[in-house]
Amino acid sequence: MPVNCALIGSGNIGTDLMYKLLRSELLNPVWMVGIDPQSEGLFRARRLGLKATDQGVDALLPHIDRDGVRIAFDATSAYCHRDNAEKLAGRGVKMVDLTPAAIGPYCIPPVNLEEHVLAQEPNVNMVTCGGQATIPIVHAVSRVQPVEYGEIVATTASKSAGPGTRKNIDEFTRTTARAIERIGGAKRGKAIIILNPAEPPMVMRDTVHCLLRDDPDEAAIRASLLRMEAEVQQYVPGYRIKEGPVFDGLRVTTFLEVEGAGDYLPTYAGNLDIMTAAAARAGEVVAAQFMEPAVAEASR
Amino acid sequence: MNLAGKEIILHDMSLRDGMHSVAHQFTVEQMVALATALDRAKVPMLEVTHGDGLAGTSITYGFGRHSDEEYLKAVVPKMRHSKVSVLLLPGIGTVEDLKMAEGCGAHTVRVATHCTEADVAEQHIGYAAKQGFDTVGFLMMAHMIPAEDLARQAELMVSYGANCIYVTDSAGYMLPGDVSEKIGLLRGRFAAEIEIGFHGHHNLALGIANSLAAVEAGANRIDGSVAGFGAGAGNTPLEVFAAVCDRMGIITGVNLDAIMDAAEDVALPIMGQPTRISRDALILGHAGVYSSFLLHAKRAEQKHGVPSRDILTELGKRKTVGGQEDMIEDVALEMLRARG
Repeated sequence: MPVNCALIGSGNIGTDLMYKLLRSELLNPVWMVGIDPQSEGLFRARRLGLKATDQGVDALLPHIDRDGVRIAFDATSAYCHRDNAEKLAGRGVKMVDLTPAAIGPYCIPPVNLEEHVLAQEPNVNMVTCGGQATIPIVHAVSRVQPVEYGEIVATTASKSAGPGTRKNIDEFTRTTARAIERIGGAKRGKAIIILNPAEPPMVMRDTVHCLLRDDPDEAAIRASLLRMEAEVQQYVPGYRIKEGPVFDGLRVTTFLEVEGAGDYLPTYAGNLDIMTAAAARAGEVVAAQFMEPAVAEASR
Repeated sequence: MNLAGKEIILHDMSLRDGMHSVAHQFTVEQMVALATALDRAKVPMLEVTHGDGLAGTSITYGFGRHSDEEYLKAVVPKMRHSKVSVLLLPGIGTVEDLKMAEGCGAHTVRVATHCTEADVAEQHIGYAAKQGFDTVGFLMMAHMIPAEDLARQAELMVSYGANCIYVTDSAGYMLPGDVSEKIGLLRGRFAAEIEIGFHGHHNLALGIANSLAAVEAGANRIDGSVAGFGAGAGNTPLEVFAAVCDRMGIITGVNLDAIMDAAEDVALPIMGQPTRISRDALILGHAGVYSSFLLHAKRAEQKHGVPSRDILTELGKRKTVGGQEDMIEDVALEMLRARG
């Protein structure tokens, strides 16, 4: 039986995630929580058979046990997540945090997902959309040889950046930069985000620069990057290395393009997709653990 | 055009936008020398930051020779007349960087966004205003949208706490009529205590004409750089504009002899090569491309053999915005591939 879950936040990310959870064989979205009665996301959730409230997370609390909610995906904002996490703590609900609040450890699925699940973390943080797109690449380089400095530029269409992202722009740059270090494996990290309003909207693109300590082993880095591209493509089929790697002295630069599945926003919004697809994947691994306690027990 | 008796504030960009001219490689000594020369000329404001704003030091935009903090700490205590401003682009710098600038004694914070994206500046404008900074909202690439849309973005910035709004012609693309319309609309939209500014680039040699149009339409802060400093073909040439203001009876408070000396004797020797309106700079101005792309496109030409004019033209077609310097190598590689 799939595991019941709740979506907190009915904006772009929460709504896109809903479609991915509805397709999952392991996850069953039963609630969507918003704060705006006019929210398009809540309207769609009701139409698709979810229970929905515009009264915030407090309105969900009485239903957690009755509806068997075991996993909550939080797609609100960094500030709201701190509150939400507090309210759901102790209710046995695992949190997958899609805000840059980062209370729990960072999770980039192709790099460290299993690690967190085995560690039974109550709250995992999905970093940022830019982080989900670029940190696998930093890691793909750093697993070959030491990266002194990793820098990413994430450029997304203005239309795909909702009010939460805009209010949280400092949190985006800080959280992404830290995760480039902790998960990407760069000694120092830096993140830049750009919004572009061009019409028709541009497909999400990212540039990943790594400065190496020693001369690059070009063949090994190329091979590692291709392996990583294939891993990410398992859950985001529109993810691709567009140009590069470019080798310029100690600099290795990779240019990425992320086309979305077009669930809620059109396909240009790859930033949404890579975030929600990574969160859904994290949720599925957590769910598998609920479903097979014997397996989880044995693995310890 | 009778502007006699108007009082305006000149804001020097040589040490910030001018950083692009030297690939962010000013020595602290050079910066202090030029800042003190401008201070002697009683230029009321000057900006000290990496060319791409606080925390702009990066592979993407170029590493600064020194940190923003080192430059600010060296310049601010030496100023007797000039107030020092810092620039911040949300998405590159953060409120943490503003706190650093605050500690260094900066007087003005200018928060820059693309002209359609004012709402990413709420945190930064709000913080600066709360701390009592002279707080400026800086709407870049202002040529790209109609005046009414620009005014709505300006209203957002004012609602966050900005006391001054800039129409920023980052591409040096605007014509005087466009400047008049946009500045005029903003001037009429806000109460008198909200100041209006204009930041020009000289890619079409319209820096002076556009700045005069701005003053006529109600702007009271005008940006410029001495000796041709600034991205692309430089900003509005400030020593020239000071002389024009003098002729027209516009009151700037700037000592004309001293600013000419600052330009000729201090700034010019620091430049690698004198600025001129090169073919590439003209393309920026004609196609509406962010001026800072110029030197990056030249580097891409050297590394990948794709002509910089083709790269810049393509970047214009794709409607790239300020900060997208990482697109330059990407586009060069794509063009290289297309050529087989």
